[in-house]
Amino acid sequence: MVNVLNAARELMYREALNEALKEEMDRDDKVFIMGEGIAERGGSYKVTEGLLEQFGSKRVFDTPISENGFTGAGVGAALTGMRPVVEILFVDFTMLILDQLINQAAKFRFMSGNTARVPMVLRTQGGVGNGLAAQHSQSLEAIFYHIPGLKLVMPSTPFDAKGLLKAAIRCDDPVIFIEHKLLYMNKGEVPEEEYIIPLGQADIKKEGKDLTIIAWSGMVPKVMEAAEILMKEGINAEVIDPRSLVPLDKMTIINSVKKTEHVLIVQEAVRRGGVGSDISSIIQEEAFDYLDSPVKILGGLNIPCPFNLNLEKMVVPQVEDIVRAAKEVVYSE
Amino acid sequence: MKKNTEDFLVSLYTTMYKIRNFEEQAIKLYRQGHIRGYFHPYLGEEAIATGVCAAMDGKDYITSTHRGHGHCLAWGADLKIMFAELLGKENGYCKGLGGSMHIADYTKNNLGANGIVGSGVPIAVGAALGISIRKEKQMVSTFVSDGGSNIGSFLEGLNLAAAWKLPVLFVIENNQYAVSTRIEDSTAETELYKRGIGFGLESVRLDGNDVLEVHKIAKSFIERCKNGEGPFLMECVTFRKSGHHVNDPGLYLPKEKVDYYKLHDPLLIGKKHLIELAGLSEIDIVEIEKVAMAEIKAAIDFAIKSPEMSEENFLKFVEEY
Repeated sequence: MVNVLNAARELMYREALNEALKEEMDRDDKVFIMGEGIAERGGSYKVTEGLLEQFGSKRVFDTPISENGFTGAGVGAALTGMRPVVEILFVDFTMLILDQLINQAAKFRFMSGNTARVPMVLRTQGGVGNGLAAQHSQSLEAIFYHIPGLKLVMPSTPFDAKGLLKAAIRCDDPVIFIEHKLLYMNKGEVPEEEYIIPLGQADIKKEGKDLTIIAWSGMVPKVMEAAEILMKEGINAEVIDPRSLVPLDKMTIINSVKKTEHVLIVQEAVRRGGVGSDISSIIQEEAFDYLDSPVKILGGLNIPCPFNLNLEKMVVPQVEDIVRAAKEVVYSE
Repeated sequence: MKKNTEDFLVSLYTTMYKIRNFEEQAIKLYRQGHIRGYFHPYLGEEAIATGVCAAMDGKDYITSTHRGHGHCLAWGADLKIMFAELLGKENGYCKGLGGSMHIADYTKNNLGANGIVGSGVPIAVGAALGISIRKEKQMVSTFVSDGGSNIGSFLEGLNLAAAWKLPVLFVIENNQYAVSTRIEDSTAETELYKRGIGFGLESVRLDGNDVLEVHKIAKSFIERCKNGEGPFLMECVTFRKSGHHVNDPGLYLPKEKVDYYKLHDPLLIGKKHLIELAGLSEIDIVEIEKVAMAEIKAAIDFAIKSPEMSEENFLKFVEEY
């Protein structure tokens, strides 16, 4: 478990993010934020509330609906010494900015022989919500995971969200920071004093000995709920949240696998071509001899997200699906 | 004729001559197998980069295009390091990892060529956004082609720069062809400066082959950018004297246009300025060209003799990825 410093205080995920932005903007006047409706309105999920008042309209401002343009502007500002935090309302809309992220931001450092750096954070949110349908419910991390030159962070708790966003802002490379729309109101302990969580450190959310469950972002609370149920049924699961998918803390995962000998990976994204498949292949390359049963991946169905709420629940893993899958892994012969 | 003006005209001509001969020599090096991949020569468009960059200062920024050698040289790039990069050598501007389409010098505010048409434009807008946040007296010139003027990045960049009143000079190099497609087949409005007007920018169309005209307009826009009056747009009408890239013979370019631009050539016009405005003789000009050519030859020699990055260094370089 992470050493939670002096944790008397509870904050919502969105409040923790807000605090990270405030602290970093206060610390470094090169940090500025832009996005759609983030200034006066404070953002769709209130993450940027109060920042305009505190830091003024030069450093907190709204953009036109022009994702490719203003993301490119973030890249240009980052290349020339600024530290932009660019907000894209939904991860689905990042499909409009792939050129600037993949062909531009991810490449400059390499193509320039290390003379250019792009210290930009791209904040966005993804995952299934409550009836937002196929163009506002996707989990698209695999696209960014695939691209060398990008870092990828997906926090699941208020504590992680704050510490990781601060690290992302201080990172000299472009960071894709994907929040989850169902986590914004979740509460958790966040210490008063400053802390940073370095990218590339997984967190063991629950220690256990019978099974390793790997999950990130919106799947973590569901996995924690499932782990409680499993505990009552005699299966003591260890829950690992990589927190940043790039860089990936392989060591923590492999060490856990060596201990439990059983692995379940739970991802909200569609099953096909997901990050879970890659983590599974890493485990089989590096810890095959320790495995007592095949690595199982529980992912979303390979279909777009339906609007109907009951059908929506069918397409991404639910607590009972996780419990069932965990038993399959542990009891398989 | 004042000495200052003479020096200025000589420096403009020298830059154009170096770009022309850099490209012609690079084509030779390509045919000889020293340069691999492909590249896009700036032949025939030399006056634009030369005129615009001469009106800027070193604290300003440029973004270039896939046809970017001319912008780099006009910005003051070192011929040796340029050739070394084109030959994929470790002492090139990008250690041989970028090549022609990604050549850049971030230490000198050259934000680089770009292999994706139009994508340098939002990046230039971002550099200007940083300038505006820092409240500095700098500006950014972004070069884009007629082909690039049809892509969303360019149009979004224009709108952002105008909405946020940023110090950007948009320079459209209208060479009349997007790869092999005539401008008349790409757009219903072929006077591209009107795109600027549509977004609220003061915009002009001018002869992009006359370096003095380019310089005059650029200078005024650049000064006004620094006084907070930006952004601006200039459409420089020109003609690509070659195919799209080094392997494209450009057979689709109509003979009458090719013939017209053979006479309306930026170097011929530059030479005329030297003779008529600076009082130089043909012999003086030959002397200038000799010196520049010697520099180019020495740079090629340097690049050919330079080492490539070793496997060991490359593996060290990619460790963090």
